[in-house]
Amino acid sequence: MKILPAPLLERTAAATPAPLARRVHGLSDRALAWIFIGPTMALLLAVNIFPLIWTIRLSFTNYRANRPNATLLSVGLDHYHAILNDPDIWAAMQATAHFLLWTLVLETLIGFLLAWLIDRRFRGHGFWTTVILIPMMLSPAVVGNFWAFLYQPQSGLWNYAVSFLTGIPPESFEMIGSVRLAPWAIVIVDTWMWTPYVMLICLAGLRSVPDYLYEAAEIDRASPWRQFWSITLPMVLPFVMLAVLFRGIENFKMFDMVNLLTSGGPGSTTELASITLKREAFEKWRTGYSSAFAIILFVTVFGLANIYVKALNRVKNR
Amino acid sequence: MLAHTARAHSVVEPTALTRGIAAVLVVAYALVTMMPLAWIFLTAFKSGPDSIAYPPKVVFTPSAEGVCNLFTTRTRQTPEYVASLPPPTGVCDRVSRANNMVIAGASNYVPRFVNSLIIAFGSTALSILLGVTAAYAFSRLRVPLKDDLMFFILSTRMMPPIAVAIPIYLMYREVGLSDTRVGMILLYTAVNVSLAVWLLKGFIDEIPREYEEAALVDGYTRLQAFVKVVLPQCTTGIVATAIFCLIFAWNEYAFAVLLTSGEAQTAPPFIPIIIGEGGQDWPAVAAGTTVFLLPILVFTVLLRRHLLRGITFGAVRK
Repeated sequence: MKILPAPLLERTAAATPAPLARRVHGLSDRALAWIFIGPTMALLLAVNIFPLIWTIRLSFTNYRANRPNATLLSVGLDHYHAILNDPDIWAAMQATAHFLLWTLVLETLIGFLLAWLIDRRFRGHGFWTTVILIPMMLSPAVVGNFWAFLYQPQSGLWNYAVSFLTGIPPESFEMIGSVRLAPWAIVIVDTWMWTPYVMLICLAGLRSVPDYLYEAAEIDRASPWRQFWSITLPMVLPFVMLAVLFRGIENFKMFDMVNLLTSGGPGSTTELASITLKREAFEKWRTGYSSAFAIILFVTVFGLANIYVKALNRVKNR
Repeated sequence: MLAHTARAHSVVEPTALTRGIAAVLVVAYALVTMMPLAWIFLTAFKSGPDSIAYPPKVVFTPSAEGVCNLFTTRTRQTPEYVASLPPPTGVCDRVSRANNMVIAGASNYVPRFVNSLIIAFGSTALSILLGVTAAYAFSRLRVPLKDDLMFFILSTRMMPPIAVAIPIYLMYREVGLSDTRVGMILLYTAVNVSLAVWLLKGFIDEIPREYEEAALVDGYTRLQAFVKVVLPQCTTGIVATAIFCLIFAWNEYAFAVLLTSGEAQTAPPFIPIIIGEGGQDWPAVAAGTTVFLLPILVFTVLLRRHLLRGITFGAVRK
């Protein structure tokens, strides 16, 4: 068999369109793309989109999951109307807002401070960073459960530590049992668990600031304080905002940790939106009503997240 | 001259004093944040009365009560009956008889733990299979509406789990998947696949295209190039992603508590309901928590270099 002279071979190869050359043997790229993406999409459609559509449909009916054979009545927008006028729902939204606001404030402040300290690169900072990260890797449900043990009135470690530090008698307060303290009990546990998360993202932000900016500032004799406000903070802000976005979405949906720590109590002081949703859906079995609430929650998260991402992009592109 | 070098040095390098203060504060935070975990670990080896003693006991006689109660169920008997039994055969026998209890059988902890393992590994394997193929397609092939599909995959994470659980509960009841391992594996895969696609796309994006192109020129098909060139190049990425998926499935509580009750129940909903006489059996709960959390500690250490990427869906890569 005669081998083509080299220049001719090159010319033939160049003249053949690349996709065509690939299609000669094996699957075409387009077929492969479908085969590779198809199963994931099918699963997400079956387990996310189909249920979402089902939820929307249920939200217009009086369906109750514990009475599957009852006649199904369409109630139109009644559930939505009732939810927006339900004082319990508003109380839950208020509890969620309190939880969201304070966890975000505390986690951002402590997380940023820790990241800044770790970025001083003292000896052994890598090891201590890993130690600090441990709480956020744990199961929120198991965490909520063992904090209930630490918060036990009288004998718990928390009451002991507080009375040791402040002298307040340990039997004089109950973290979980009191209406005044319970909202703070859940904020404390969430801050304990998730501050490392914000810290890790802030640390990445701090490390992304190039050294020459500080060198230039030093030449201009900018004070350390000034350097912090005009270099560090603006450079790290997009990272902080990203951390706040992720934490915000997660804490808006918060269920497991709080459910095991206080299960919404005492009364309904710590009944966050997801816990109300669970009570409506799986304890009172008002499936239609809770579906409507679920849709409202989803639209809220989705809407807020979208607005926030727009703001984040503006900060990033500045 | 000397002053000059010292000053130039100080621009990006913190002074010894700053470093020292930073080290002290960070180490103090790390130690305080580890106290709850250390306390749970200690409680696992305490006897019932020691676990709720006030002031909290740091020094105590270790007891096997927690571990024994975790793995067994017991019945209370009269002292006369206990005395009439043949001599105890093991440590747990002896510990229970001291409290006038007789071991009735094994507890459900081991089956729940096995469920956790099967469901976590099953859903992880499936998520990686779906995730790595979809990620490759999104990274390398022409996919219509690529950005929209990627965002859609991410947005499935914004639904509160309880909201998804309502229709899934109904759907699983219809098709006979409720309280089955297969049902839980599919559900966790659907949640994890979004993370897997986003993370793995980031890892595949970082592999130079030249490797594959060289393989394609050598006569490999696209599929062969993917299997023989791309997959080996992103082993680290796959392992890191797999560990994230494992941790999520291992820690998950909301779906597990709503959709499983026996057969397929995992450890997180089981640990909080370990009840002794008159309330929660804290040493047993602490022992169950310790056993459950240990794998996570190992994983955290293994993952520490990829944590940042994992928790931000690949948005921050360092």
